[in-house]
Amino acid sequence: MSQSTPARVFLKGNEAVCYGAIEAGCRYYFGYPITPQSEIPALMSSELPKHGGQFLQAESEVASINMLLGASACGARAMTSSSSPGISLKQEGISYLAGSELPGLIVNISRSGPGLGGIDASQADYFQAVKGGGHGDYRMIVLAPHSVQEMYDLTMHAFDLSDRYRMPAMLLGDSLVGQMKEAIELRPRPEVELPAKDWIVTGKGERSEQRIVKSLFLGDGELEAHNRHLQAKAEALRANEVMAEEVALDDAELVLVAFGAAARIAKTAVRMARETGLKVGMLRPITLFPFPERHLARLAETARRFLCIELNTGQMVEDVRLAVNGRREVHFYGRPPGTGSLPTPEELYEQIRESY
Amino acid sequence: MTMQTVFERPKSLKDVPSHFCPGCHHGLIHRLVAQNLDRLGLQQQTIGVASVGCSVFLYAYLDVDVIESPHGRAPAVATGAKRVQSDKFVFTYQGDGDLAAIGTSEIIHAANRGEAFSVLFVNNTTYGMTGGQMAPTTLLGQESATSPGGRSAERDGHPIRMAELLAQLDGVAYSTRVAVDNPQHVRQADKAIEKAFRLQRDEGRFAFVEILSTCPTNWGMDPRQANARVAEEMIPCFPLGTFKDTQSQEGNQ
Ligand SMILES: Cc1ncc(C[n+]2csc(CCOP(=O)(O)OP(=O)(O)O)c2C)c(N)n1
Ligand code: SF4
Ligand SMILES: [Mg+2]
Repeated sequence: MSQSTPARVFLKGNEAVCYGAIEAGCRYYFGYPITPQSEIPALMSSELPKHGGQFLQAESEVASINMLLGASACGARAMTSSSSPGISLKQEGISYLAGSELPGLIVNISRSGPGLGGIDASQADYFQAVKGGGHGDYRMIVLAPHSVQEMYDLTMHAFDLSDRYRMPAMLLGDSLVGQMKEAIELRPRPEVELPAKDWIVTGKGERSEQRIVKSLFLGDGELEAHNRHLQAKAEALRANEVMAEEVALDDAELVLVAFGAAARIAKTAVRMARETGLKVGMLRPITLFPFPERHLARLAETARRFLCIELNTGQMVEDVRLAVNGRREVHFYGRPPGTGSLPTPEELYEQIRESY
Repeated sequence: MTMQTVFERPKSLKDVPSHFCPGCHHGLIHRLVAQNLDRLGLQQQTIGVASVGCSVFLYAYLDVDVIESPHGRAPAVATGAKRVQSDKFVFTYQGDGDLAAIGTSEIIHAANRGEAFSVLFVNNTTYGMTGGQMAPTTLLGQESATSPGGRSAERDGHPIRMAELLAQLDGVAYSTRVAVDNPQHVRQADKAIEKAFRLQRDEGRFAFVEILSTCPTNWGMDPRQANARVAEEMIPCFPLGTFKDTQSQEGNQ
């Protein structure tokens, strides 16, 4: 797709992920069935072959993340998608991707837990995504779309970041942004310069040096140096790649902090509050890692109070508190995920009044 | 008098000291892999997939590109690799803990899909690297770090025969079991590996070679005793032979 006016189409969020991935040059998909992300494998199975790519339904989430590992080590843009229980199974592979410095996209259209939980919109996997659900001292790029357009755009962006930093990237959505339909623009892939993949395994060919993709480092001091290198990449992400949307923040006395589906509902509540004369704004983290710490630190100088809203019992709020660092009160409102437990804008408006 | 070289290091094998214990067959099996890569002209187009076990340092000995896989997942990693680099030669090298315990799902489904790579399965009836615990391949009565008094069928089940098991699957072109405990067996193992590699190179077929191996260290034996145990105890439970060969009339014996 490289036409001058991007096509406008009416798509589900999950479908937008597929078109974004294909536009970004992803040609390999590996996955295992689970609700509420089933549109992704279904569409990829019919679309990828048309683009010379391959769709493979794996025997498990464990296998699919490792197929992605193999494909990525061989230089391909590759992805997998799943939902919470399946993402838990992928954690070992994610840790190996991080340790072996392999790019790759993992889409989590998350659902509620723990255990089998339910299939309702939920943000219960925030900790797992940003704090490292797998073993080892690693970080992963985590992007949180709140609209169908962002499902498309951020999928492309995630691939670019993942390649640039040689780090796995996760698109963290939920059944709300995955299942809803909106009209979006199928924009062409942004033109960005990326480092050459001079590390992939291809067979030695003309090379005399072998290439090795690995995460085991047993030499004296080797692993410490490797971990320092991984942390330097995380630091560079913090310095250069933070994304957040600012809503009515200029004179805001109360700042809401919410991401993804919760931010959509909170946006309506902010509008209601403004209509009744309350000086309320919202910061919406788009990158959950790197987290918009500096945005929050800056806001802590002018705002009176913060109200963090999540579709869980309080996870991101811990990072908001760290960033605000005791300078202002940070309130929290969230509901444990479950059927019929999505908060309404009116409900959030009441919370705004209480915290104001 | 002219001198003739009758034995030399395969090009694909690096000239480095080995970390394997004295009497361990891993080193010999590495050599057989290297010599077949040479023989079939595959070194420059090979992607090896190493597993977790005493053979994790595959790349330290074989001069080919290598991906190190999580424990048991080598067949999934190789699946992703081969589907991207379909014109390359891909093989996995896995131990019995790796392939026959934690990785059973990955090996069965890769074999069933008939993925176009080759598998070298090194069965030493134990978890060598972690200190000799009981594996699914541990023989009945065999003492191990976690089967005091010997493996018991009632408590631990029976040894699992992977070459026979995988021969049941339609995706498999060739499934065989060999040993390297005497020169004749080494020659047979060499031929089996060559055949498996040819099946991939020439026909894009999945082949499985189980190689009976030693672990003198964890068996509590000296190299000579360990080597003798292969014929005395292992082969009676793990018979040598070919269990599937789609190329040969005598297959499925
Ligand atoms: C997920 C996971 N579980 C356990 C281990 C520990 N571990 C390392 S090697 C190994 C078994 C190796 O045995 P085998 O595959 O038979 O290879 P050998 O050393 O005998 O050649 C185990 C259990 C690990 N690395 N990862
Ligand atoms: S522990 Fe066993 S398998 Fe490992 S190198 Fe030593 S003898 Fe070989
Ligand atoms: Mg073993």
